[in-house]
Amino acid sequence: MGYTAKFRVWRGDAGSGALKDYEVEVNEGEVVLDVLHRIQATQAGDLALRWNCKAGKCGSCSMEINGRPRLGCMTRMSVFEQSETLTITPLRTFPVIRDLVTDVSFNYEKALQIPSFTPDPDTKPGEFRMMQEDVNRSQEFRKCIECYLCQNTCHVIRDHEENENAFAGPRFLMRIAELEMHPADEADRRDIAQDDFGLGYCNITKCCTEVCPEHIKITDNALIPMKERVAGRKYDPLVWLGSKIGLRPKSAGTPSVPGKRP
Amino acid sequence: MTQVSEAPARTRAQISERTLRKDPWWRKPALVATLLTIWVLYATVRVFTGHWYWVPQYHYLTPFYSPCVSGECVPGSSSLGQWIPAIPPIIPYAFVSLPFVLGFRLSCYYYRGAYYKAFWRAPSACAVREPHASYSGETKFPLIMQNLHRFFFYMAVLISILNTYDLVQAFRGPDGAFGIGLGSIIMLINVVLLWAYTLSCHSCRHITGGRLKNFSKHPARYWIWTQISKLNTKHQQLAWTTLGTLMVTDLYVMLVASGAISDLRIFN
Repeated sequence: MGYTAKFRVWRGDAGSGALKDYEVEVNEGEVVLDVLHRIQATQAGDLALRWNCKAGKCGSCSMEINGRPRLGCMTRMSVFEQSETLTITPLRTFPVIRDLVTDVSFNYEKALQIPSFTPDPDTKPGEFRMMQEDVNRSQEFRKCIECYLCQNTCHVIRDHEENENAFAGPRFLMRIAELEMHPADEADRRDIAQDDFGLGYCNITKCCTEVCPEHIKITDNALIPMKERVAGRKYDPLVWLGSKIGLRPKSAGTPSVPGKRP
Repeated sequence: MTQVSEAPARTRAQISERTLRKDPWWRKPALVATLLTIWVLYATVRVFTGHWYWVPQYHYLTPFYSPCVSGECVPGSSSLGQWIPAIPPIIPYAFVSLPFVLGFRLSCYYYRGAYYKAFWRAPSACAVREPHASYSGETKFPLIMQNLHRFFFYMAVLISILNTYDLVQAFRGPDGAFGIGLGSIIMLINVVLLWAYTLSCHSCRHITGGRLKNFSKHPARYWIWTQISKLNTKHQQLAWTTLGTLMVTDLYVMLVASGAISDLRIFN
């Protein structure tokens, strides 16, 4: 059975805007994105919103629904009370282009800074052999649809814009962890994870894990293991002792990323 | 010639509300803050009490006083001997273990996230604006010391071995032969859960196998890592459960040692 829902949608651009009220028809089985499309079709033809697959796989329709970062296409209307007013706002961490569309280029810049896959140069194409158990961990991280909800909800940059240069955000620290755990990757990214990409800023409050629509255990399986790897290089008393008495080989870290350190 | 005006600089949406969340997001941090405060107050009072920590007839020693190395410790309670002369309990009798137990819990990845939210409000809850003007996380002193968690883990393993020794002693009756009482059972549950909490630690997960790139070359370590990973998913629950069992164990030993209740003996 259909009903009329109350929506408050943030409308504006260049950072200035306001919540605007709409009353809109909702039908059984619909998601928030469907209802926003109905508002666009019937009441606000100039409402800007980004979407593509409507199946939770493209990561385009990231928005904040009643203050919680979510995908519009994966948020069923049935989870809300029919009498409830839904407040829809753009991702708070990124600059607004218009209405619900934000400029997420910060993420592409961070992605470019990460040293790419670095295999043994003597291994020729076709010679890579990996067992399934060696790639299970990385494959979990490859489920990422780059919706950037984790980047948006992380308070390190959400509440502190000044940390944007120093902190890559959970999505890209997870990328570093993925490469660090890759069986055929030979680079040591522990130093740059800490010093260039701001792993130390993470205080493991697990908000990134909480919002991930792919249910990737970002904190437990990527960020904490990465913190442990950094601790192994810098803070483990037994590793330190082992390297002093020659039981542990010293490994060179990946050179720092240009322009990241003063 | 037409003049093209520059596009305005893009800025974030200016939304004045701290959060637009409508769910009771404040409940969880409030509950965590309350429970942790109660526990810390209880533990602080108990470690400085200096009484009712040892039941001589059944060899029950509360974990808050293990190892009892002060010269003040009552006869029989000092399994590792007495390291310092008798002094008032301004220094806890188990001063050699308590700092490490505290350090292990304080630097635990679960507790860190929990108390940063509950006490420091960084942030109070996800997508709720934190009140601090600046934030440097765990990059500077003192919070950079959280990276010593692994060191505290090594010490926690040693302390768990000591707790296990205390447990074995608790299965002796008044005549020194095998015996079981309700206290032995409570201590058994406590020690089993303490081991589970210690071994489910993220540092343990890393040390046993997580640090490897190629699991296929280390099948035994891969198997151990897999088991620790399963346990690790329960780390939060174990963190809370062991706070409860530590408190219950200490409370039971205190009540029996003070004579308030008698131990319920099952055998000998």
